Amino acid sequence: MALSREQLAQRVSQELQDGFYVNLGIGIPTLVANYIPEGIEVMLQSENGLLGMGEFPTEETIDADLINAGKQTVTAVPGASFFSSAESFAMIRGGHVDLTVLGAFEVDVNGSIASWMIPGKLVKGMGGAMDLVAGADNIIVTMMHADKYGNSKLLPKCELPLTGYGCIKRVLTDLAFVEIKDGAFHLLERAPGVSVEEIIEKTAGKLIVPEHVPEMVF
Amino acid sequence: MAGLNKLVNSYEAALDGLEDNMTIMVGGFGLCGIPEGLIAQMVKMGTRGLTAISNNAGVDDFGLGLLLKSRQISTMIASYVGENATFEQQMLSGELNVILTPQGTLAEKIRAGGAGIPAFFTATGYGTPVAEDKETREIDGRHYVLEPALKADFALVRAWKADTMGNLVFRKTAANFNPMMATAGKITVVEAEHIVEPGELDPDHIHTPGIYVDRLIQGTFEKRIEQRTVKAATK
Repeated sequence: MALSREQLAQRVSQELQDGFYVNLGIGIPTLVANYIPEGIEVMLQSENGLLGMGEFPTEETIDADLINAGKQTVTAVPGASFFSSAESFAMIRGGHVDLTVLGAFEVDVNGSIASWMIPGKLVKGMGGAMDLVAGADNIIVTMMHADKYGNSKLLPKCELPLTGYGCIKRVLTDLAFVEIKDGAFHLLERAPGVSVEEIIEKTAGKLIVPEHVPEMVF
Repeated sequence: MAGLNKLVNSYEAALDGLEDNMTIMVGGFGLCGIPEGLIAQMVKMGTRGLTAISNNAGVDDFGLGLLLKSRQISTMIASYVGENATFEQQMLSGELNVILTPQGTLAEKIRAGGAGIPAFFTATGYGTPVAEDKETREIDGRHYVLEPALKADFALVRAWKADTMGNLVFRKTAANFNPMMATAGKITVVEAEHIVEPGELDPDHIHTPGIYVDRLIQGTFEKRIEQRTVKAATK
């Protein structure tokens, strides 16, 4: 079975380490906050100027001056800090954020990512995504393995305009967890019940398959 | 105005000298931390052909969306403009020129503009449409794009607390682009929620020193919330 949105978030959460500063993108990445393992302390960075993002507020504690990068009202945890957008992106660009999780339309065997623009469709802007992919060393891209017609989103070369060139090393899809190195996708894990054959069939870019591909464990 | 007192008593005085075809910077992230009264004053003035530098474009009936609706902005420099239907129409019809800029690059371009740095190299956007027609350079094996600084004729800033000398304190995520923009305007106008006398702000806690601020006005704010998210009440 392909992973659900919640399972994608859950699998990403297994990559969190104690003491990590983490930036979670909009969509599935945001859900990772719901699965932070017991006994692990992480701090969430929101690029509009907040380190230490907490849960949503109550009607009583809601504050128009405290939002996340998705423009949702949030709270700040004890030990949080606020800062300007320039300071925020100094953290990101300077490589101080330990893990970045974000979505994509396409990735390719060279680690390039396309996530912000579909020619012919309305372009809304890249927001902070280009800075995040350029600045972070440790990025996990969460996405669907193929579109609804079965066309692969893991490609030999991205077809859409790029968000970043050669910057992605790990991709978690609804079917597989892959690493990108030496110009190929390397299959690390498969979703429970998903066959290696299906992953091969739905991966357009070069895919290296080891002899044994473990199933993800939840 | 006397000496270092930056306080003005009317929005007319706050934006005196703003003319057609000028470049303005407007603080805020979404609707959070925007100078609401200064935007309203620009609508009232009807100044046209503006180049607006702001992270977002507001929503249809609030924030910079008001200036778009009245067709006063001809060029918009922003990182994300997804929440505004008026904006979409004007962009698609070609009447609005849009320069999409990565958020961190936008923040740094403004910071550089205020700090006397004419341009800087960043890895952000290399190999993407953002880098087209820009100078690139390889430094220590990595590719970078040269990004020029941004300045403005008027920088419009919202602060939480200010003293009359223009020392500023921002609140929570309403800071966002405001601190950098305060440094990058030929004329920086601050709309503050609370104005106090010099000496009442702890000098250790001032985010923006008054040297950057030219005019200061007491504002009143609606503080509209774009995405009102709350957790379920605990039983």
